[in-house]
Amino acid sequence: MKHKTFFWFVLPSSLAMLLFIFFPIVSVLIQSVHVDTEQVIKEVTNCGPFGCETISSIDQEATQALKQDNPLGRFAGFTTYLDRRHLAIGEISTAWRSNNGMGDFFKQLMNLPFYKALSFTLAYTFIVTPLVILFGFVIAVAVNSAVKWVRGPLIFFSLLPMLVTPLVGALILFWMVDARGVVGAALQYLADDPNLSVKASTPLTWVMLMVYGVWHSAPFAFIVYYAGLQSVNKETLEAAMIDGASRWEQIRYVIIPHLLPLTTFIALMQLMDNFRVFEPIVSFSAEAHATSLSWAIYNDLGGETRQLSSAAATSVLTILGICILLLPVLVRTWRDFSRK
Amino acid sequence: MTANTQKKSRALNLLLIGVLFTWMTLAAFPFLWTLWGSFKVEGDFFSKANWANALTGPLTLKESGGLFTGAGYHGAWIKEAFGIAAINTMIVCVFVVTISLTFGTLGGYALSRSTFRYAFWFLIIALIFRAMPPITLVSGYLPVFFDWNLWGKLPTAIIVLVAINQPFTLWMLHSFFKNIPKDLDESAMVDGCNRFQAFRHVIVPVMWPGVITTGLFSFLLAYNDFAVTAMILSKENQTMIPKISSFLGSTQTKGNVMFAVAAVVSATAPLFVMVLFFQRQIVSGLTAGAVKG
Repeated sequence: MKHKTFFWFVLPSSLAMLLFIFFPIVSVLIQSVHVDTEQVIKEVTNCGPFGCETISSIDQEATQALKQDNPLGRFAGFTTYLDRRHLAIGEISTAWRSNNGMGDFFKQLMNLPFYKALSFTLAYTFIVTPLVILFGFVIAVAVNSAVKWVRGPLIFFSLLPMLVTPLVGALILFWMVDARGVVGAALQYLADDPNLSVKASTPLTWVMLMVYGVWHSAPFAFIVYYAGLQSVNKETLEAAMIDGASRWEQIRYVIIPHLLPLTTFIALMQLMDNFRVFEPIVSFSAEAHATSLSWAIYNDLGGETRQLSSAAATSVLTILGICILLLPVLVRTWRDFSRK
Repeated sequence: MTANTQKKSRALNLLLIGVLFTWMTLAAFPFLWTLWGSFKVEGDFFSKANWANALTGPLTLKESGGLFTGAGYHGAWIKEAFGIAAINTMIVCVFVVTISLTFGTLGGYALSRSTFRYAFWFLIIALIFRAMPPITLVSGYLPVFFDWNLWGKLPTAIIVLVAINQPFTLWMLHSFFKNIPKDLDESAMVDGCNRFQAFRHVIVPVMWPGVITTGLFSFLLAYNDFAVTAMILSKENQTMIPKISSFLGSTQTKGNVMFAVAAVVSATAPLFVMVLFFQRQIVSGLTAGAVKG
């Protein structure tokens, strides 16, 4: 295809991405190194019958004028990145010097908003992803061995947890694990503790969020593996059987190698999607026990005071995180491509 | 596959049936439970006394006189005007899908036919964009949208969702077009068509299966989005998902949780119907990316 034709064909698409993905990234970068303009304080002296007093108040006009002149605010360098809400360098070094053992240090670390969000995001990503792959595989093998006519309905119901809106799916589970819901009641019965509440405990909240994550994403791995199982070479399988391979050996030496490239694909998609975990935290109102990077950005942007600089700094750190996560894949793709 | 070629032991059969049964319960039960519960009153759906009240509904009988009550739906649709949110969602979805597919087919076609190195880089950049959580972009949108008075309006949300959707659409359609033989459009060009005419007359008639599948996923993205729509739509223009989350924040008074339950069921119903009709396309779409790399 000629350069010129290519250009015209991809123009609408690239224009959309340029305007609404690339420029916003640049804008986020710029915002993250600026902070709001300082408010201009003026001092007014009021003299009354009991003497004079000086009141300092915000000079709205002057502040507005200053804002007009510097719409971005004032340049702050990396101060937003280093403050308590983000990388918290000062707090960490204090905690490092004055801690009582590693446990205490980590406890202090978890009180810092950024590290709290980061630790949950990473734990979620790296626990949910392998579990999704494992459960997806088990379900795919089970469905594949079922009689033909039940497979359609099985796939139909399997798709639901994945396709339903994350916020809605998480809410449905949340209402069930509520202390007054059916799963909550079952847990209380099993644990023999009538006051057990998943919402009130940090470890249980983490587990609940991860259970949601596996429930939501396992169907994806299942569908991909199921499609992969349809294309397993039957002759290889038969040959293995004739050679006396047991069922497990067939899975281990024929099916798993066949599904390996699919696993890379599932892992890549799941790493990307799990790293942005956000909706379940809103649904479970879990912010007291678990926050994620996306939730931290959402929290900064919402409410009365939109803290754009703070949100921008977290956004940049999140984008850096996803780049690090993707780096191995990108390097591999590049090598494959150069070889071609 | 193995079912015909090998006899399974009884224990293995039981294990497989056990797995399937457990998974089916996990996948379907929450939806059925919530659907059933949405027709009860709050005291039954969230019962302190006995979880089985959600099934039998003694309080529902006492409060509303019947075994089922539509109070939750009435509250959500009539009192809280969930219908407006539903219409907004419909508008957003229709436009996002149409525009995404128009942009995406053109771009995806070009990417599948270009042999130059920049086409590869284009796809890699799209992959990176696809990987970024959409909410990281929002703080980039807000100041500009406020300044230019674009904030809160449906068209703004539509174009933003189209852009966020593009990387995925391009990848998907690119792999579909790769499967359409090159000879098809190239022979049309030998016959005197230019590239666009070849695309229009030869490729467009055969591209619909891929376009429908991609369209389903674009629809899901627009329908399911919470992070972006919650941030850039004003209260009057809210779509369904942010509306549901606003139910949670504001309606803690007794009975109003059922509004949210009813709204959740209402928002899930269209997805249910979609899966029912398009199961095959969705499955083929999910695997398309995997099988072709």
